[in-house]
Order: sequence, then structure tokens, then C-alpha cells
Amino acid sequence: MTATSPTDALSYYGRPIIKETVWQKDIPLYFFTGGLAGAADLLALGAQLSGNRRLRVSALTAASAGVAVSPYFLIKDLGRPLRFLNMLRVFKVTSPMSVGTWIFSAESGTTAVAAACELFGVMPRLRVSAQFFAGLIGPAQATYTGALVAQSVVPAWHEARRELPMLFASSAAASAGGAAAILTPAEHAGPARRLGVIGGAAELATSKLMKKRLGKLVGSVYHEGEAGKYSRLATASTLAGTALMVFAGRRRAGAIAAGALLLTGSLCERFAVYHAGKQSARDPHHTSIPQKERGGLAVTQPSNRTGNGSSPPASTR
Amino acid sequence: MKLADGIESYGREAQPRVGFFTDTSVCIGCKACEVACKEWNLVPEDGLVWTGHSFDNTGELSANSWRHVAFIEQQAPDPLKRGNQDFRWLMESDVCKHCTHAGCLDVCPTGAIFRTEFGTVVIQDDVCNGCGYCVTACPFGVITKRELKGDGGTHKCTLCYDRLQDGMEPACAKACPTDSIQFGPLDELVEQARQRCGDLVEQGVSEARLYLADENDGIGGGGAFFLLLDEPEVYGLPPQPVVPTKHLGTIWGAAAAAAGALAVGVAAAFLGGRE
Repeated sequence: MTATSPTDALSYYGRPIIKETVWQKDIPLYFFTGGLAGAADLLALGAQLSGNRRLRVSALTAASAGVAVSPYFLIKDLGRPLRFLNMLRVFKVTSPMSVGTWIFSAESGTTAVAAACELFGVMPRLRVSAQFFAGLIGPAQATYTGALVAQSVVPAWHEARRELPMLFASSAAASAGGAAAILTPAEHAGPARRLGVIGGAAELATSKLMKKRLGKLVGSVYHEGEAGKYSRLATASTLAGTALMVFAGRRRAGAIAAGALLLTGSLCERFAVYHAGKQSARDPHHTSIPQKERGGLAVTQPSNRTGNGSSPPASTR
Repeated sequence: MKLADGIESYGREAQPRVGFFTDTSVCIGCKACEVACKEWNLVPEDGLVWTGHSFDNTGELSANSWRHVAFIEQQAPDPLKRGNQDFRWLMESDVCKHCTHAGCLDVCPTGAIFRTEFGTVVIQDDVCNGCGYCVTACPFGVITKRELKGDGGTHKCTLCYDRLQDGMEPACAKACPTDSIQFGPLDELVEQARQRCGDLVEQGVSEARLYLADENDGIGGGGAFFLLLDEPEVYGLPPQPVVPTKHLGTIWGAAAAAAGALAVGVAAAFLGGRE
């Protein structure tokens, strides 16, 4: 069902019904670094199992970088940073942030152990076990953040609940493949290139599907403002990176350029989702009109009920 | 009204569920509720801004405004026949809904937000770490972060938890001069509200309706519910709010499927090539 023109619908002086997120840019940055780490750990596990030492070290390097910077973003964004440990006093399945806290703790811990063993060349069996666990948790690390934003009342996030985890997973795969392709000589980087291509293609397809399923009204955020800007950047970078990886990924310069484009695309994708949520929270009609339509209620009011409070100023959109 | 989520953990210490019935048809827009709340709960100033929106310079509920009186001026006949022929005031004192299924409580990763023995929802200030997840999980936009030096936590109405424990009614209800804000055991309030709404409709106020008094709605009914004289969104309220947790199964299912797809993708990357 298509929405009636939002300008006809009711609101309280055009004010938002729900609140815009208070998360700063640290959070989409973490979605990127955490996703990169999760997918890279899985790539490292694959390299471990297939005996590709060079690729394993590259992937582990990318994962270590991801888990090393992530806590900075996560803790800095808290209103009371010193209390970050309070998240470790509970475990709640209704809160993807609570579940994610434990996933990230396990992911960063095992990755750090594997990286330390690798760096100092000690305890190979501990390294292999740590690598194994990090790789096993990797997919959860790369996807829970999609569940985290979906478990909210923000229309552009909640209505995309079926697609967001897949979008984040594919975006994480593209970034991990890209990063590992940059760090690995071409003859050992085959799986990294292919992961970059698979991830990039899946990211493009999932993003398109998500925007289509969001519909005209809520989906419009991806064509406007910051979300529109980052969304276009993400699509262009990911498309170029994927294509370049296919055609020039075996050459050193080609792999570096393609990897950089995939990483940029993945980063921009998270910023597009972040801003889409902010923009749709700001518009009262993104909340009210879909609710009324789901309830089978008329969206507009009879004309004798339009007063000052009923007609939103156009500036709200 | 249903039992609030989590109340069963209190066992025999559970108290009867209490709440607010805000009857907007008798609200006179005096804002005594806003003032009483600020005074009792030491809620800081929320900015002195002139909004230009009728008499509403509070604007919205937030960490620093736990009651908010909405003012709507309508070019419409007043069915309550109070003075003007083709003009009516709508005034409504908004507050945290203390939902039966509370989104803020569900997503809180520290356990700072909890269900009290009275069935209300309270943020423990000494536990909250200001992650802000509850802000995005409230269908009514009630909670925000208090961006003041030395704070940074999220805040909202506690339904005067301290007063309840001493057998007193919340400050806003106590101060309301017209009993537009009524406090009491929720079941009694719902009964009174149904009666009042029925009386108004009988008197010709056909648009009178109860909001959040239905335990089968998307939040399982509100611990604070309202009698409105127009569509909810006219007052800045969501018409059919749903707790995001309702779709938790879908969300985790989608995450599990995506994690599986990622594993398949990585496997394909290793098995799919010749190098």
C-alpha cells in the first residue's frame, strides 16, 4: 500500500514522535571495524585449515587491527565511559547490545591471544585453538550489529530487520576480503579476492533489496541528505571495488585499489544506515503513517479537524 | 490490565500494579504537573526556548522534562461547549507510559532499567552507563541522555518510585488541580476511564477515545494511559505503537541466517578457486 502524501497527515507541529539516536559517529565506525574483525577472523580460520600461512597472517593482522580500535569507539560513545564494565554484569537476549558485548569480548580476547602467539612465535597449539574460536565467533561478531539497530523503533532500521544483518555480514565480508587482498601477495590471496567479490556483490544486492522493501515513504531516506550521500558513495565504491577485484585483482596495484574501494564502500554503507536511522526518526510520518496503514486506519483527518497542531510545517522534511 | 513483564520475579513482594489515567478532557494546561515533577525529582532546566507552538515551550519529553503539556489550537467546534463556537483547545499532559512490554527495559544492556514491585519502569542512575540504546527503543520518544557535565546518563519519569514506596501518590497527580492526572491501581483506573469515555460519547463528544488502555495493543497496554479528543498523532503520540521486541525472533533469525551465509561465503572463497 502506498502512503498518502505525508504533507496531508497529522503531527504535533511537525515534531518527531520518537527520538533520534544519541549515538555519535563512533558507532557506525565500530560497525565497520567490528565487522571487519569478525569476517577477517573467519578468513584467517579458513587459511589456517587450508594451510595458507601467508593469508592467515594477513587476515589475522586485519582482525587484530579491527578488535584493537573497536573498544575505543565503543567506550568513547558511552555517556559514562568508566562504567563500560556494567555491561558485563548481565546477559539479556532481548538486548542485542548485551549479547554483542559478550560476542565482542570473546572475539577480541581470542583474536588478541592468536595475534600475540603469532607475533612472538610461541605456543602454536594455543594459537590454533584461539584462531579456531575467533573464527567460529566471527560470523556472530559481523552480524549482531545489524540485529542491534534492527531491535529499535526507528522505522528505517526496524522495518529493515530482515535485511540489515545480511547487509552487515556481506559488507563485513567485502571489507575483510579487501583488507586481506591488500596485505597478501597475489599468489596467496586467491580466497581473499574471492571473498571480496562475493561480499561486494552480496552487499550491493542486499542494499538494493532493503531499500526496495522499505517502500516509498521510509525508503526515501536513502535518497536524501547524509544517508543519500553515503548510500551513493557506498554503491559506487563497492561496485568499482568488486569489478576491479575481478579484473585486476591478480596485479599488485589492482588488488590494492580494489581492496581500498571495498573497504571504503563497506565503511560508507554503515554510515548510510546510521544516517538513514537518524533521518527517519526525525520525521513523525515515518512513524505514524506505516502504523496507521498496518492498522487499516485512514491516514488523513476530515478537514474540520485541521488546526495549528495538525498541520506540520514543510521544514520538518 | 495484564501483569507487567518481569513482575513475577517479585513473588509475594509484588504490589498491585499502579499507574496514571490522564483525562485530557479536563486538562486546563496549567503545567502544575511539569513544575511539581521538576521540584520533587530535581529535574534540571531544559532550556528556555520560545517555540511559537501555542503555549508549549517545553516541546517534548526528555531526560530533563518528565511531564510535558501539549497545546493544540484547532479551528473546530468544541463538543464540550466551553465558550467559543468554532475554536477548541486540546491540552494533554504527556508522560512515560510504563509499558507492559517495555522496549527500553528489554534493550538495556546493563540492567540499569528495571521493573519495580509496582509494575512501573525505572532507570537506576547509579548503574546506567549512558549507552543510549533505550533512546532508540522507546516507541514514544520518552527517554534521552542528560548531556550535562557530570551526568551523561539517560533519565525519565520514575512514577515517583520514592513516593510510591512511602504510600504517596506521584507529585504530578498530587499537584493536578482538575484531576486530569489520576493515580491509582491500574485496574480501577481503566474501569473509571471506560466509564468516563462512555459518558463523554453519550454527551456528544464522539471523538473521545482511550489510548493505551487496551492490554492487547502493541505494548500490552500502558501503565499510563490517556483519554484523547483527537487522533493520537495530533498530540505527538504514535497511533499504533509496537514494542520492537515483538519481532525479536525475526531479528535473531535474520542474524543467524546472515552469519550462516557469511560462513558459506568464506567456505566458497576457499573451495571455489584453483589457487
